[in-house]
Amino acid sequence: MSIDTSTAARVAKLARIKVEDDALPALAAEFNNILGFIEQLNEVDVDGVEPMTSVTPQRLKRRVDVVSDGSQQHAVLKNSPDAREGFFAVPKVME
Amino acid sequence: MTDLNTLGLAEARDALRAGSTTSKELTAACLKAIEGAGALNAFVHHTPEIAMEQAAAADARIAEGDAPAMCGLPIGIKDLFCTKGVPSQAGSRILEGFLPEYESTVSGNLLGSGAVMLGKLNMDEFAMGSSNETSVYGNAINPWKVDERQLTPGGSSGGSAAAVAADLCLAATGTDTGGSIRQPAAFTGTVGIKPTYGRCSRWGVVAFASSLDQAGPMTKSVRDAAIMLETMCGYDPKDSTSADLAVPNFEALMTGDIRGKKIGLPKEYRMDGMPAEIDKLWADGADMLRDVGAEIVDISLPHTKYALPAYYVIAPAEASSNLARYDGVRYGHRATLDAGDGITEMYEKTRAEGFGPEVQRRVMIGTYVLSAGFYDAYYNRARRVRTLIKKDFEDVFAAGVDAILTPATPSSAFGLGEMTDVDPVQMYLNDVFTVTVNMAGLPGISVPVGLDSKGLPMGLQLIGRPWEEGDLLSSAYALEKAAGFVAKPTKWW
Repeated sequence: MSIDTSTAARVAKLARIKVEDDALPALAAEFNNILGFIEQLNEVDVDGVEPMTSVTPQRLKRRVDVVSDGSQQHAVLKNSPDAREGFFAVPKVME
Repeated sequence: MTDLNTLGLAEARDALRAGSTTSKELTAACLKAIEGAGALNAFVHHTPEIAMEQAAAADARIAEGDAPAMCGLPIGIKDLFCTKGVPSQAGSRILEGFLPEYESTVSGNLLGSGAVMLGKLNMDEFAMGSSNETSVYGNAINPWKVDERQLTPGGSSGGSAAAVAADLCLAATGTDTGGSIRQPAAFTGTVGIKPTYGRCSRWGVVAFASSLDQAGPMTKSVRDAAIMLETMCGYDPKDSTSADLAVPNFEALMTGDIRGKKIGLPKEYRMDGMPAEIDKLWADGADMLRDVGAEIVDISLPHTKYALPAYYVIAPAEASSNLARYDGVRYGHRATLDAGDGITEMYEKTRAEGFGPEVQRRVMIGTYVLSAGFYDAYYNRARRVRTLIKKDFEDVFAAGVDAILTPATPSSAFGLGEMTDVDPVQMYLNDVFTVTVNMAGLPGISVPVGLDSKGLPMGLQLIGRPWEEGDLLSSAYALEKAAGFVAKPTKWW
């Protein structure tokens, strides 16, 4: 599997990280290097092996579906780069 | 009298209980040591006022006869732990200015038992690194120095390791996703334990790879590790993977009597190109354990070779998901936008400015292996391989092996900058002996055992059965006693 610059650009877009065009070839080369290392996994016979979901066997605990915490609007908004009138403010999302 | 900052937790605890010192004196000694150690760049956020207040409160508690084990003991907290009202940046620019409104469960457990927080410790950005060179704060420096070079204290808990080794604090918290407690401990002649996955709550610890991350103590002795681990552990309903199990008295279980215990040496850990000194250290460690009554057996963990490549699928995949929350909306850095920029440009510019190169690389690798068309080939395959890695360990434990002895790292500490020009995979190889333990969710401890010919510390790792940290600490204590490692770095800073 080889990654070209257009794939690298697509991955950067999916990851929402701005990468300048002139940085894409080096990025693609790094991806290829790391993915080349990962390719070793193809040597392993994994037929019939379940993918691990939980490293320690446990059932997730259930709890009653009620609000257990809340009414902390001030604390929730306190670290926002731009909070206004009790909301997080962001640039326009829709035209 | 010995400088108080050079004490370990056990000695200081006993001195406090005996009334021969106070928390205020211990704390003041550490603060003074920190002030003189700027060159190590270990502490990156200083909280001396908080520390002295907590010390005064601890002294009052001790005077009233209410002195839990950690009460009054000054420690450092890795920057990955959210600490209420105190900067918690995970070593990243993207969390600049973030002041948590809450306390992580682990740091809360420590502070609740009366421990004193001296400040926050340097680390690789989002715990992604093995040399503390990806930090927004700059490199942490290893107090061990044998020539003109400055050495790495390892990573990602590099600041924690440097601070403990240089006696800036009595102990520190670390976290370990692929070796980030055990590798820096080995590089600095300190002790570091990663407990079984689920022992320590992950709540309030900035997430890197949630199925691998565990917190643990970094200390000056195995006994100190037992004391601090007990306080850090415990069931927490706020972490759904936290284990609802009683926390034993680890110090009491740490007898050091390992007669009849079966210790395995996995043949797959004898790597090509491993320095002869590491190989010899490993053989010496096995002899030490045999001399005190353990039975040493050769074992095989056949999928060892695949742990690191599987890790470099699973950890970036989980990171890409966890780090999606850094979007410039709720906390931390937001890029300055140009006229006409919409929300997508805000995300892209914020994350390009806020994340360093290694974090960007891992987030993008994770995005790729999870993307449509590659999910099965990479992510699901890696999770299948992970099942096999865990089964390797289950098989040897089922065959009666009590613990596994391995080298902790493939080398002693290397020079800062020496790995800059090699490809990232070379840096990843630092975790080759430690990463299997995270993949299998097991407890692992790094114990300093000797110095190499350059005079740098080297450590061995012991791996234990799940939930049997007490037994593991006992084996580690036996190794520590037999090795008699007492060397300290010569002060140059």
